[in-house]
Amino acid sequence: MQPRPQSHSAALGPGCTGPSLANPTPLAFDQQRQVAQAPSCGAEAFAVDPAALANGQPRKHTTYPYVTGTSVLGITYKDGVLLASDTLGAYGSTKRYKSFDRLRKVNESCIVGAGGELSDFQYIMRLLEELSDDDFCMDDGHTLKPAEVHSYLCRVLYNRRNKMDPLWNSLVVGGFHAGKPFLGTVGMQGTNYTDAHVATGFGNHLARPLMREHHRPDMSEDEATALLHQCLKVCYYRDKNSINKFTIAKVSAEGVTISEPFALETEWRYKLFENPAANAAGAW
Amino acid sequence: MAGASQQGGFAFDLCKRNEFFEAKGVKHPGFTKTGTTIAGIIFKASARLGIAAESHPAFASPPSLRLCTPAFIIHWHAMQWNFAIQLPSLTHACPSPCCYHQDGVVLGADTRSTAGTTVADKNCEKIHYIAPNIYCCGAGTAADTENVTGMVASQLELHRYATGTQSRVVTAMTLLKGHLFKYQGHVSAALVLGGVDFRGPHLFTVYPHGSTDSLPYCTMGSGSLNAMAVFESGYKDDLTREEAMDLVARAIRSGIMNDLGSGSNVDLCIITKDGVEYLRNHEYLQAKTYERQFPQKFASGSVPVVRERIYDIKKVVTVVEGEPMDMEA
Repeated sequence: MQPRPQSHSAALGPGCTGPSLANPTPLAFDQQRQVAQAPSCGAEAFAVDPAALANGQPRKHTTYPYVTGTSVLGITYKDGVLLASDTLGAYGSTKRYKSFDRLRKVNESCIVGAGGELSDFQYIMRLLEELSDDDFCMDDGHTLKPAEVHSYLCRVLYNRRNKMDPLWNSLVVGGFHAGKPFLGTVGMQGTNYTDAHVATGFGNHLARPLMREHHRPDMSEDEATALLHQCLKVCYYRDKNSINKFTIAKVSAEGVTISEPFALETEWRYKLFENPAANAAGAW
Repeated sequence: MAGASQQGGFAFDLCKRNEFFEAKGVKHPGFTKTGTTIAGIIFKASARLGIAAESHPAFASPPSLRLCTPAFIIHWHAMQWNFAIQLPSLTHACPSPCCYHQDGVVLGADTRSTAGTTVADKNCEKIHYIAPNIYCCGAGTAADTENVTGMVASQLELHRYATGTQSRVVTAMTLLKGHLFKYQGHVSAALVLGGVDFRGPHLFTVYPHGSTDSLPYCTMGSGSLNAMAVFESGYKDDLTREEAMDLVARAIRSGIMNDLGSGSNVDLCIITKDGVEYLRNHEYLQAKTYERQFPQKFASGSVPVVRERIYDIKKVVTVVEGEPMDMEA
């Protein structure tokens, strides 16, 4: 059995356990990897295992997602941040899991939402929970700030991408710290940025234009919720992999609230939808 | 010409040869595509007036025509996006001259045409003429949209001479979809077709493979999702002409601002039974935000004076003949 790595990083010092899953398994002496460059901090080089290559078989990495979530929307308002998504875990074109929470709480000041491969999202949540547990055990009153969570997720996703084995997710990180809202996004390649409103997946094309038109930094919570409802409705109308069951997560000075799932009123009976071929025989 | 079959339809003879070349590493020339936002909406105003729908004498439609309120079809034509909104058609007799009942189509389009990542034409026209009462926005390969719409326009003109009646929008739609299906999607033209004929306003989308949709509002092109978001949140039954124009302009603007393949200006085309209003560059969005003035004028007092020299010209210039010019004029 390999000893469990103790430190998340040499910089943290000995004795503090970080999330062990993020660390590479240390090699035995005779298994030193031949690489051109090792990291200067003394950690092992990330390299493809030459033993696997020797057989002529390529090492298998994530090439496509299986159970996926669709877009996640996020906006900042005067007193905090709202994240919204539907609760669907789709298996290709099948609506397989209709009650999957894609918005999760990290700590009292931070929430994370994910689209993409949901098993990778559960792994990411495990990493974040381990970090939060370490904070709790340390018991010094400090918790991870939203910007720190965002930065940590950027590094994890970028490093996995560099190993050609990505975590297939588009993440949204929202938080409220020191009186200021924080909203950022991280893609599966490690692309990240912060903005007043973000969206992943289809939301980029459908929701972002509406947010750009209607968002103001000093919106009230009701206005922000109404804008999100509008965006969710448009995403439900035009995204195939979505259902009419949404949750909205709010983070503000009072903490984190994740709403119960709700549905939105949709309009399918415009007059002109009825009998479209009335004046055009053969059209549909 | 080699490859053109006598029976019509696409001749696939050369496809195997092309595949062979590709397998050998020959790179075929690509398409010059244009991103686009085109859209359309149908509007309908008379329903608001609470007028009972009856057959309008001007339409000369059969009595079995369904009574619906006129709709303005907003057809948005954008190279990058195609937006079209169809307004329901309302046929009813207007009891008083002050009643405003109009149904029609509003088409909209952006004006950017791209060749790869370069903008080829900053202000191209994407709303094509098909008939005096029918216009068509085109997205996809610019050559395909222009030639297909031009071909159908000339076919319809010959047809009008032969029949002596106004062209119907379904005729244009059938000609377009037959041609595009024959070429199995290789003619890359995604169109938003709108017009008003004796049966009322119509709005259709025609896809490159030949399928069509009849919709009250539609968008096409690379910015279609951005524009459709605006439509889905803003469309309601019985839009008036002004509301429809505003909604289409907003949707095209959404495509221009949020899609790289769309840009520049907004063109609108409003078609009603009374005629066509073609608003070229209805919104001119590519104006420079800052224009430097030549010569630059500085307000007095805004610039610190470093040095001042006064030259008395009279000391060096002598007027020897004639009257000095009157500079006050």
